[in-house]
Amino acid sequence: MKEQHHQSEFDVIIIGGGATGAGTARDCAMRGMRVLLVERHDFAAGATGRNHGLLHSGARYAVTDHESAAECIKENMILRRIARHCVEENDGLFITLPEDDLSYQSTFVDACLKAGINAEVIDPALAKRMEPSVNPSIIGAVKVPDGSVDPFRLTLANVIDAKAHGAKVLVYHQVVALIKEQGRVIGVTVVDQKTKEKTNYYAPLTISAGGIWGHGIAEMAGVKVDMYPAKGSLLIFGHRVNNVVLNRCRKPANADILVPGDTICLIGTTSSHVGFDEVDDLRVTPDEVDLLLREGEKLAPSLATTRILRAYAGVRPLVAADNDPTGRNISRGIVLLDHEERDGVPGFATITGGKLMTYRLMAEWAADLACRKLGIDKSCTTMTDPLPGSREGNEAPTGKSFVMEGGRKSAYVRHGELASRIAAENEYDNSLVCECEDVSVGEVKYALENLDVNNMVDLRRRTRVGMGTCQGELCACRAAGLLGEAHNCTKKAEADLTSFLNERWKGVYPVAWGSALRENEYTKWVYDGVCGLK
Amino acid sequence: MNLQESNISENNFEQCIKCTVCTVYCPVVPVNPKYPGPKQAGPDGERLRLKRGTFFDEALKYCLNCKRCEVACPSNVKIGDIIQLARIKYSKKKPSLRDTILANTDVVGTMSSAFAPIVNTTLSLKPVKLLMDSVLKVDHRRSFPKYSGEKFVTWFKKNAAARQDAFKHHVSFFHGCYINYNYPQLGKDVVSVMNALGYGVHMLEKEKCCGVALVSNGLIDQARSQAKLNVASIRKSVNEEKRPVIAASSTCTFTMRDEYPHLLGVDNADVRDQIEIVTRFVYRLIEEGKVKLKFRDGGKLRVAYHTPCHMEKLGWAYYSTALLRMIPNIDFVMLPSQCCGIGGTYGFKKENYETSQGIGASLFAAIEEAKVDYVATDCETCKWQIEMSTTTKVEHPISILARCLDLEATSKLNC
Repeated sequence: MKEQHHQSEFDVIIIGGGATGAGTARDCAMRGMRVLLVERHDFAAGATGRNHGLLHSGARYAVTDHESAAECIKENMILRRIARHCVEENDGLFITLPEDDLSYQSTFVDACLKAGINAEVIDPALAKRMEPSVNPSIIGAVKVPDGSVDPFRLTLANVIDAKAHGAKVLVYHQVVALIKEQGRVIGVTVVDQKTKEKTNYYAPLTISAGGIWGHGIAEMAGVKVDMYPAKGSLLIFGHRVNNVVLNRCRKPANADILVPGDTICLIGTTSSHVGFDEVDDLRVTPDEVDLLLREGEKLAPSLATTRILRAYAGVRPLVAADNDPTGRNISRGIVLLDHEERDGVPGFATITGGKLMTYRLMAEWAADLACRKLGIDKSCTTMTDPLPGSREGNEAPTGKSFVMEGGRKSAYVRHGELASRIAAENEYDNSLVCECEDVSVGEVKYALENLDVNNMVDLRRRTRVGMGTCQGELCACRAAGLLGEAHNCTKKAEADLTSFLNERWKGVYPVAWGSALRENEYTKWVYDGVCGLK
Repeated sequence: MNLQESNISENNFEQCIKCTVCTVYCPVVPVNPKYPGPKQAGPDGERLRLKRGTFFDEALKYCLNCKRCEVACPSNVKIGDIIQLARIKYSKKKPSLRDTILANTDVVGTMSSAFAPIVNTTLSLKPVKLLMDSVLKVDHRRSFPKYSGEKFVTWFKKNAAARQDAFKHHVSFFHGCYINYNYPQLGKDVVSVMNALGYGVHMLEKEKCCGVALVSNGLIDQARSQAKLNVASIRKSVNEEKRPVIAASSTCTFTMRDEYPHLLGVDNADVRDQIEIVTRFVYRLIEEGKVKLKFRDGGKLRVAYHTPCHMEKLGWAYYSTALLRMIPNIDFVMLPSQCCGIGGTYGFKKENYETSQGIGASLFAAIEEAKVDYVATDCETCKWQIEMSTTTKVEHPISILARCLDLEATSKLNC
């Protein structure tokens, strides 16, 4: 075991590389703290990357959870400014179908207005013009400022900025113990997942931002945080059916949101309680697929004939309140636990609850607490300071072609002004690794060199390699080649290629019929039969 | 479980499994690196364009709409249609004066026919060619089809129309621009052959250019209105007069059958099956024993068949070649099916000249090597390209048939 010096190298250790952890690391680092961020897998590998990617206006919560709704709309407006390259300002519609109660619409609009959400009742005919894919039998429509947000880009931008402010970031490092001294948490024991080496790191404050896994992290400190694991499953469709977010105007229920995001659209979610033993290996069941399709077709009938790319599930980090069997009625509000005050364990805090939408506010609360604990007098500036990628000159160059002077258009959409760092001088750097998502060799190399990429799944989160309809068929071997080159290890790259393809198949399996199945068979033939990959 | 019964959406680009065979068969890809190829321009690009219209790439104009990608696709993706529709929907480039002139075959043809000798001489003068090259960007190396002094329809009215009603059977003939303005002889050959087979030939009530050149040059509204007019005339012919419609040009035929509903949204479902290319119509009459042929005695003729792209797409090259093979004196050579590079008006444009000739190069070599008396093909623009780029003369299969048939004896067999 390696020992770091007892006199703390860090002011604060943050556990969890989701949006909340990355946001907290950034906020703390910007306020001058020496920060260590520890993530056991990759950034945005948990619930952060396993949701709708909906830039909530808050309208969904307006009737049932006023506080969350008000938080959402504020954060919504902030993200449009500070995270332009992660956000699509698509707008949203809350539609009423003939089977729904139209009188709910006025309750809904009143609650929205009360929360500060600009909800506007519009003529169904106008709604159909706004979004031609919407169910034509709608009897009511309300327009709200919904949008889409890319959780991978958002988390990464926070990490990049945290690092720029001096934070140390460890991915594929798992916290296996909290080090306690006289009842106080003074640091963490971390295992490097690759080398299995253990290291102790010390700081006067440790903040758990581990989402549903926060339950287990708290246990290591001898503290009980009752989380309520509620699984939500979603389906990804092969292309954008809609350009406006579609919601049902009724009490939140299953499969009533269809969100367009980048090249695809998503229907979700379901909600069911799962045990803690399941949260690391979630499976989407046939019943869930069935329900998502059945309900999804009601929002946009063309979903019935649109190819489904894959299915996936995430676990909401809900904090248990009562015996609600579905988890739908638990507040999505932010929960900040000062364990010194709550449990008499100084040096430890938990930030949980909330949503992707409110990650910044959660980070602000957690960093405020850190400032109080450490006697730092600096106020939060994350509501005004744009994230890297959304700063000056983030506008994508316009031009007639995909490839322009300065790189490919799609790279600017993904990385904002940081795309100017992507090599695009020669034909090789401009050639494509991922044909579906238009990812160049230069972009992959940039990610491998600068964005903490350990394997191909990480690379997918940074660049969208393998997220398109071919699900790795053409891009995986090319990406594996570049990865092997960067890490100077062909064997590891080959093993990684296999596990990447298996990971892709896991998502396709629940919806393996029609073109998706056909394409997978073809992929299998290419890799198994032609490339001889076992 | 609620499996999607059929997950084939309108955007059938999702049936693409990225096998990339379309790009392998694309004639443009090997010669023009600026063109991203059908897979990327079609199904891949469509997903990006649905995300944001700014992902439209003007390089899609390098597609010559040969549809060979669609023929190659094992997943039934309408790649060519996706590309053409994207150009219609997203291209911000307005058609230039040159494009408008090249596309308006009807207007230009009418004017040129009236002054045919002057136009023909002028267009072949070197200074004029250079001027057109620099001002209009029409390549100076290109030779123009000659205009005929008398339009086909004028000849038909004067010399043939009166006797058509006397026949037992009847067809309507969509002559198209080329026959009418440039090469009435082909129209005359169609009339002679059909008459000899016992069929009266009639003009449609109204006929405008099929519109293919308008589509490829971005003049969509005009193309749509011409399509509507043509379909109305065809409908009258098929439904009221009970006359199927034949055409000699593979591209006109293909455009009216498939591009009208796919690209222009003009419904033709009720009459589509009744629009045929003349060689197929004649072949079927022979196959079904409804007509008999009597050939002339004569010397051997060596003929090579070139498959126009749209003939390949229609799947009909068989009929034209089978018809040629029936002629006893013909020594038949089948050329490999490949694009000649002209793509209608595509090859006339200065920026496409090199691509156009590059695509056709191996075909031209194969033709020279075959040492034939004629190349036979069903497409007029292939004819221009091959005649310009080789030393061989090109004729329509029907013209060759007309020349080899003993028309009088055949007439007697079929009256």
